Parts: sequence; C-alpha cells; structure tokens
Amino acid sequence: MNPIVKTQIQEKALLRIQADQVCVDYNGMVALYDASLNLKSGSICGLVGMNGAGKSTFFKALMGFVRPSRGKIRINGVSVTNAQKQQYVAYVPQNEGIDYSFPVSVWDVVMMGRYGSMNIFRIPRESDRRAVIHALERVDLLNLRGRPIGALSGGQRKRAFLARAIAQRASVLLLDEPFSGVDVPTEKLMAELFLQFRQEGRTILISTHDLNHVRDFCDFVVLINKTVLAYGETTEVFTSENLNKTFGGIPPNPLAGRTSAKDFQNE
Amino acid sequence: MSELFISMTPVSWLVDPLTHEFMRRALMVSALVGGVCGLLSCFMTLKGWALMGDAVSHAVMPGVVVAYALGVPFSLGAFVFGVGSVALIGFINQKSRIKEDTVIGLVFTGFFALGIVLVSKIKSNIDLMHILFGSPLGISSSDVNQTLVISFFVILGLLLFRRDLMLYCFDATHARSIGINTGILHYLLLTFLSLSAVAGLQTVGIILVVSMLITPGATAYLLTDNFDRMTLLAFLSSSFSSIVGVYISYWSDIETGGSIVLVQTFLFLIAFLFAPKYGILKNSSFVNTN
Repeated sequence: MNPIVKTQIQEKALLRIQADQVCVDYNGMVALYDASLNLKSGSICGLVGMNGAGKSTFFKALMGFVRPSRGKIRINGVSVTNAQKQQYVAYVPQNEGIDYSFPVSVWDVVMMGRYGSMNIFRIPRESDRRAVIHALERVDLLNLRGRPIGALSGGQRKRAFLARAIAQRASVLLLDEPFSGVDVPTEKLMAELFLQFRQEGRTILISTHDLNHVRDFCDFVVLINKTVLAYGETTEVFTSENLNKTFGGIPPNPLAGRTSAKDFQNE
Repeated sequence: MSELFISMTPVSWLVDPLTHEFMRRALMVSALVGGVCGLLSCFMTLKGWALMGDAVSHAVMPGVVVAYALGVPFSLGAFVFGVGSVALIGFINQKSRIKEDTVIGLVFTGFFALGIVLVSKIKSNIDLMHILFGSPLGISSSDVNQTLVISFFVILGLLLFRRDLMLYCFDATHARSIGINTGILHYLLLTFLSLSAVAGLQTVGIILVVSMLITPGATAYLLTDNFDRMTLLAFLSSSFSSIVGVYISYWSDIETGGSIVLVQTFLFLIAFLFAPKYGILKNSSFVNTN
C-alpha cells in the first residue's frame, strides 16, 4: 500500500468522533446547525452549553437516536449505525433518568454492557463474566456486586453505570452530568478513571454546566449554543469572551460571522 | 357451604372436583393462563404499562367478536385490535394536544363499546357474559387448544427475550445505543400483551383481565429485588391464585373470574403487609442488615 495513504488511514482511525456540519431539527425546529467537531483518541472533552443549547441533541446524534438533516457523523471512522453494532459508543446516564427501584443488582446492570456482544438470547459466556468482574474492580464495586442498585449511594450508582460502559469496551464514552450528586471519593475515583481511559485511547465527552469540573478534568472543551461556538484545548477556548457567547451572550447569527469549528482545526 | 367444608376432608375438597372433565380442563387452562399473565405482569408493572394493559385488554374485545363471526382464531382478531388500539393511541397523542392518559381512556372505551355493540348485532353463539366475565368452567375444547397455543407462544417468547425486554423496561436508551432495535421490542411486548389479554379473557373475562396483567407482578415486586425471582414468583402466585380461585368458585358456587382475582388481591395484601423488606409491617432491623 502507498505509505502516504496508509498514514492517512491511521490518522483517520485515530479520530474517535468526526462531526461535519451536522444539522438536526425536530419538526422544523432547529436544535443544532453546522456543528463540526473532531476529537482524537485519548481525549477528555467537556461539552458546555446552557439547557436547550443542543447538548443532548448532540449526544443523541452521536448515539444515532436522531438523524441529522444535514452533515455527517463518523465514530472511529464508521457510520453511527455501524458504531452501535460495534459497541463503540457508551452512554452513561444522569442519575435522575433511571428507575432505581428496578429489581436488578449491580452485577445485572454491568452485565447489560455485554448484551450487544452476546447472542440474541443474551446468555453470558465466561468472557462476559470476566469483563464484568474486571469492570467492577476498576470502579471498586466488586464487593457490592450482589446489591440491588437501589441500595447504592449516588456515587456508587454513577460508578455502576461507568462499569457498564467499561464492560461494553466502548471507545467513546458520553457522560451526562457525571459529577452531579457524587461524593468526594467517587469524584476522585472517577477522575483517576478518566485519566486511565485517556491513557487507553478512549475518548470521553462530558456534558456539564459545571465549569470548574471542565477546568479540572478536560483537556478539550466544546462550547455549544445551537452550534459549536468554539472548540479546542481548554486553556485556549475557556476565555471569558467565549463563555459569554455560550451563556447569555448574544447568540451568533448563523449566516454572518460564524465561528466555525474549522477555525480551530489548524491551531 | 360451611357444612360442606366441615363434612369434607381437605383431600376430598381437592380431589372430588377432578372427577369432572370440565373441572380438570378449567383448572389446567386457568393455571396456565394465570402463569402467562403473571409472567407478563412483571414487564407491565416495571415498564409502567398498567394503564396500557387495561386499555389493550379492553380494546381486544371487538377483535374477538369479529374473529368469532368470521370463524378465524380469536387470537388473530385480538392481535389486530390490541396492537391497532395502541397505534391509534400513539397517533392521536402525536397529532393532537390531548394528554396521553386521556387519549388512552378515550380509545379503549371506544373500542370496548364497539365490541359490545358488535356482540349484540352479530347473531352468533357468542355469549356477551362469557366475554365480559370469563367462563373457565364452560370453555370449549377448540378454545382450550387455542389458549394452549397462545400460552406456550407467549411463555416461550417472554423467556427467550426476557433479557432484552428487561433492558427495554429498565434503560431503553442503553438498549438503543448498543444497537438493539427497541421498536421491535416495543411491538413484541404489545403483541404478548394482546395475546395474554385474550388468553386471560377465557378465565376471568375482559373486565377483570387487567388484574391478571398487573397484580401478580406487583405482588412479586414487593417480595424480591431480583428480576428472575420476580418473574418466577409472579408466575407461581398467579397460577396458584387461578387454581385456588377455581376451587373456591366450584365449592361455593361463586363467579369464577371474580374468585380468581380476589385470591390474587388477597395475596397482594399479604405481601403488602408482611413482605420481609417492603411490607408495611416489616421489621426495620431486618432491612438494615440486608
């Protein structure tokens, strides 16, 4: 193979998330337009914006729940549908979105991360059990594996769902407000885990409005308000001017003076 | 009635009815149908589909009547009208400003009324009372066969796909994100619901079938934190209620459907009061050590 082509392919493979001018609308209401973003493997990225700015729409587009009306999304170089089938993307929900009186144990929840890799009747093999044990060890919940999830603390619940993402072996993790309602030990454990994930080449996208956590944990930051206002390394993008634009500042005109993500590509 | 009980040994209380062919049949069908509905009730209660169960079980009525009139299996008619009613609920919900619970109530009563009108209009050997209140003691052998087929189909489907259905009830977002088609699961569950409703109709009738579709699940839910154990408990308690209900109905000469449902409700009350962890009379020290 032509060595130049080969390096291009390798470079492409390193890009975990590629969003190219993605537009999403719901029945004519624009939720997101011209959102472009490239995230390479091994990055922790904060997704920052107000409520209704399109954070969850962006997540839904990455998970394949909404089809962009325009633009293209690739995960690990493949389409979102294929990424689902390959178990590339894991979503870690907000605590509020889950029924914690559901009769499942921590073990059951983490095993759900393996379903996509199992046969249609979801009968766990030895390798699935090992993956679950390994994931539980990493979030320090192995000794609580028999507990009903309702009996866990807020931080432990969060860790259980992180373990599910680990068991899934997803390379792209979408986290929705991961730090809300967690205790200090869990926050420390999660911070360490995120660094390990980065080391392993996973890419983490954290949706939050807690700016302090973005400063502390994220190498990259994406500011969104109906579109990607800016993205890049946290130190460069986290300026008061950019944050003003994101929160409460005048929304950018989609037709004039657009801050395209392309501006940041050759930083 | 009390003299009957006194003059009888428990063994004869259990065995004597079995000398009748119709009682053996009623007991078998009721136990099986109870088990099917009990199994499904776990998914209904966990998914929050109690109202949906009520709606579908009523909406299958015109389907059953039309199927009888046309001479096709009543499960087919039930399936068409059961799933159709839910599709209609979804459609009206989406296209109008009316709230969902209103739409559900509106659609299922409409279907139910259609069923009642059809029964009175279509001259056939359908007995409205049998459909409304069930008649396990008078069930025909062709109905028995159909009910057996439906029951085995639903039990097999629920057992094989219980993991996916559980995940769908628990966290549909995750299910979708790993590539599971939740639309298919949704309609699979609806299909099972329509079929179970029509099976339950044989024993307790349309009006009370919703009880079969939620009470055993609610009882089991109070007794365990393990999903598989919950399904087993619901299956067993529902089968048990059906058998006991049929016996009581035989000896006391009371309506069978009502009798079955009352036993189920009684079991629920016991669980509500005395369940080790979630009963209201629980020993609180027990909870702490758990």
